[in-house]
Amino acid sequence: MAESFPRGRTAIVGAATAGLGKSPGFEASDLAALATMAALDQVGLGLEDVDGLFFCHGTDTLGGLSFAQYLGIQPKVIDNSRTGGSAFQCYVELAAWLLDAGAIDTALIAYGSNQATASGKHVSTVQPMRYEAPYRPINPVSSYALAAARHMHQFGTTKAQLGEVAVAARGWAAFNPEAFKRDPLSLDDYLGSRLVSDPLSVLDCCLVTDGAAAVVMTRADRARSLSAKPVYVMGAASETTHREISWMPDLAVTGAARSGARAYAQAGVSAHEIDVVQLYDAFTINTILFLEDLGFCPKGEGGRFVEGGRIAPGGALPVNTNGGGLSCAHPGMYGLLAIVEAVRQLKGEAPGQQIADVELALAHGNGGVLSSQATVILGRDAAL
Amino acid sequence: MTDIHPDADFQRFLAEDRFMIQRSRASGQYVFYPRTIAPGTGARDLEWVEASGLGTVYSTTVVRKKPQEPSYNVALIDLAEGPRMMSRVEGIAPDAVQIGMAVRARIVSQDGEPIVVFELAEADRNG
Repeated sequence: MAESFPRGRTAIVGAATAGLGKSPGFEASDLAALATMAALDQVGLGLEDVDGLFFCHGTDTLGGLSFAQYLGIQPKVIDNSRTGGSAFQCYVELAAWLLDAGAIDTALIAYGSNQATASGKHVSTVQPMRYEAPYRPINPVSSYALAAARHMHQFGTTKAQLGEVAVAARGWAAFNPEAFKRDPLSLDDYLGSRLVSDPLSVLDCCLVTDGAAAVVMTRADRARSLSAKPVYVMGAASETTHREISWMPDLAVTGAARSGARAYAQAGVSAHEIDVVQLYDAFTINTILFLEDLGFCPKGEGGRFVEGGRIAPGGALPVNTNGGGLSCAHPGMYGLLAIVEAVRQLKGEAPGQQIADVELALAHGNGGVLSSQATVILGRDAAL
Repeated sequence: MTDIHPDADFQRFLAEDRFMIQRSRASGQYVFYPRTIAPGTGARDLEWVEASGLGTVYSTTVVRKKPQEPSYNVALIDLAEGPRMMSRVEGIAPDAVQIGMAVRARIVSQDGEPIVVFELAEADRNG
């Protein structure tokens, strides 16, 4: 059956962050609530308008219920399903259907984490897998390292090409006052960084920060009365290929190949029409894999594609214009921050480097260990 | 119901120094990790068979610990029967393990529990 995604019939009207970096003294929900109010304030909506809540919490598996209670609301729909950091792209997908069906009128998608100040490390409720645990992989990094090693073996991708991704992310972050890591990073700095799980080094890994984000979604007709610049959801699709890396069918091809193809088909656009690209860069290899799987370059060419600063400021393709999870912020789950940056670029309100005349943006989420892939394509009214 | 108790059976075989995987009687599909049904087909005809123990390194990494702790290998091994599993290659330096190497399984004790690891297939496992 052909997909009948409600292309352009829903829109994001508010998008905000709170407490990116270090926010001592706050719980995750404190920060998420601040981001929520900032997003609602942008369009004059209040908590009483929210009848669909999409939220997940780093350690509270009933986090959606807890956050509704914190906000003092009793929404018709609560989704706190977990696919890892891609959950927020999946929430956009589900919210679009629910809004278009009339099941809800206003969706709030929110997230917050205090992992950096609470523990100083990545916080997770994930259980070790019985048939991987005896071999003591450091997850998630070892799983991504196995994918990177495979990419190098099959396509000749080099450590320096992974480094180009890290250097580009830092280049964008330097413009962004919200970014946590803004000091200059050279390829030599990168190549000198300590190996964690070969071939990945410390500087191949995302940051561990606090932070929160929220977006508000509604139907397009209402969006136009609320906002001068609604950001339309043109396509949203998700795919899951495995849970642990041992059962990923092909470590060089992610589910983004399918989620992307479906989202492009829904939106009626192709990769070369996308003006800014936000990719879930938990590790440098992600950016290379997703550039390939989402059609920005042929499979196997991702490493060569990023050479020469092509995805850095001033390059041909703006990727992760906020600095990404590598240099802006990574509060345990990054997916919603990719969406917020895409929305800001489309509205011309990026806190860092604003790209001129953005009509179409892509925000891609990744969850687990390349396990869940979810692609959202957003556009301005000109793209409808 | 089934008389297959996937993990309990697997661990009991390992304790007997046997590396057993599952096979669907109808399709011949091999299955690892152990399950009550065959993934994909749902076939409820899984039987235990002895793995050949032969495999190929599909990918490999070295987990780097702090200087006072030794680094170690983590690898994905494609078993000759088809399924892939995580393990490690022993007997050579962790960073000397390469994709494509032919390896052979053996069962070792780690923290009092038997686990499957691999060594180069050319090596004499009794040597």
